[in-house]
Amino acid sequence: MKVLCGIGGSDDSFRALDRTVERAAVADDDLTVAVVENPDSSIDPAEIARRAESAVEEAGIDAEVRLIEGDPGSRLVELAETEGFEEIVLGGGHTSPMGKITIGSIAEFVLLNAKTSVTLVR
Amino acid sequence: MSDRGYPEAVADEFPVPPTEFTDREERPIEIRPYESTEDGYEALVEMYDAFDPADRAQGIPPGGETRIREWLDAILGDDCLNVIAWCGDEVAGHATLVPDGDAYELAIFVHQEYQRAGIGTHLIRGLLGHGQAEGIRKVWLTVERWNRAAVSLYKKIGFETSDAESFELEMGLRLNPDADADADADADADADPDTDPEENGGER
Repeated sequence: MKVLCGIGGSDDSFRALDRTVERAAVADDDLTVAVVENPDSSIDPAEIARRAESAVEEAGIDAEVRLIEGDPGSRLVELAETEGFEEIVLGGGHTSPMGKITIGSIAEFVLLNAKTSVTLVR
Repeated sequence: MSDRGYPEAVADEFPVPPTEFTDREERPIEIRPYESTEDGYEALVEMYDAFDPADRAQGIPPGGETRIREWLDAILGDDCLNVIAWCGDEVAGHATLVPDGDAYELAIFVHQEYQRAGIGTHLIRGLLGHGQAEGIRKVWLTVERWNRAAVSLYKKIGFETSDAESFELEMGLRLNPDADADADADADADADPDTDPEENGGER
């Protein structure tokens, strides 16, 4: 399957990255990792891309890591549509110390606007 | 998190538990801070084990006894504040304040058998009274926007919407003045005795 994994530097986005890379190795997915500019993340996109590349390398798969500029949600949806991706994978949300799950703003936008299936990794 | 919004005005004083009242079903209810006893803990586990999953909010309470115990262990810690609504030996409801950075996150659960009897209002007021007495300054919560009963309860208590952009509404309440703002708050109160008429302007 042609899979687009969007990550922006939040903890849950790195969990999504690890799971998607693992899954791609097993299922032989055609994976692209899109590093987006998450305004809530303090990690530099170049650093996020480096982490993504090392995760891809470790899993021994052939996946492209791309830096995506602009509004994260709409750019991910656009990318999925124009390049024929079948699934978008994103982090499944932040859990507060109380244990409440909140879905990030990027995931909210993608869920409501994507034409593809969307997987949120818990 | 420090970027959450809170009302400028400090909330009114809330009653400090223990308190007692009779609910709308004529049941005697006692609101008490959580006493860390084995019986109390087990009664709380029992309440959550029998909790209707349809009333879960954003993943809590979790399902299954093992997860319930893990979750309770995390939110009954020494740095958290917990208040229980008791009906005899049975837990009717539970409200909690869990530290998160410079503020506390609030959650409240009333068992289905005890809902719509006025217990939630007494319970949350008791928790906030307990928090106020303990010197807590800021409280926030999230609530699913379709949960009208909860949203109107929080508004009635004095919570104001701080973020309406997401699936869940985020609301904030100021229980005590900031340490460095005591003098300012007094000066403001003298100059402008009315609360801001637009304080609820963000809620539409």
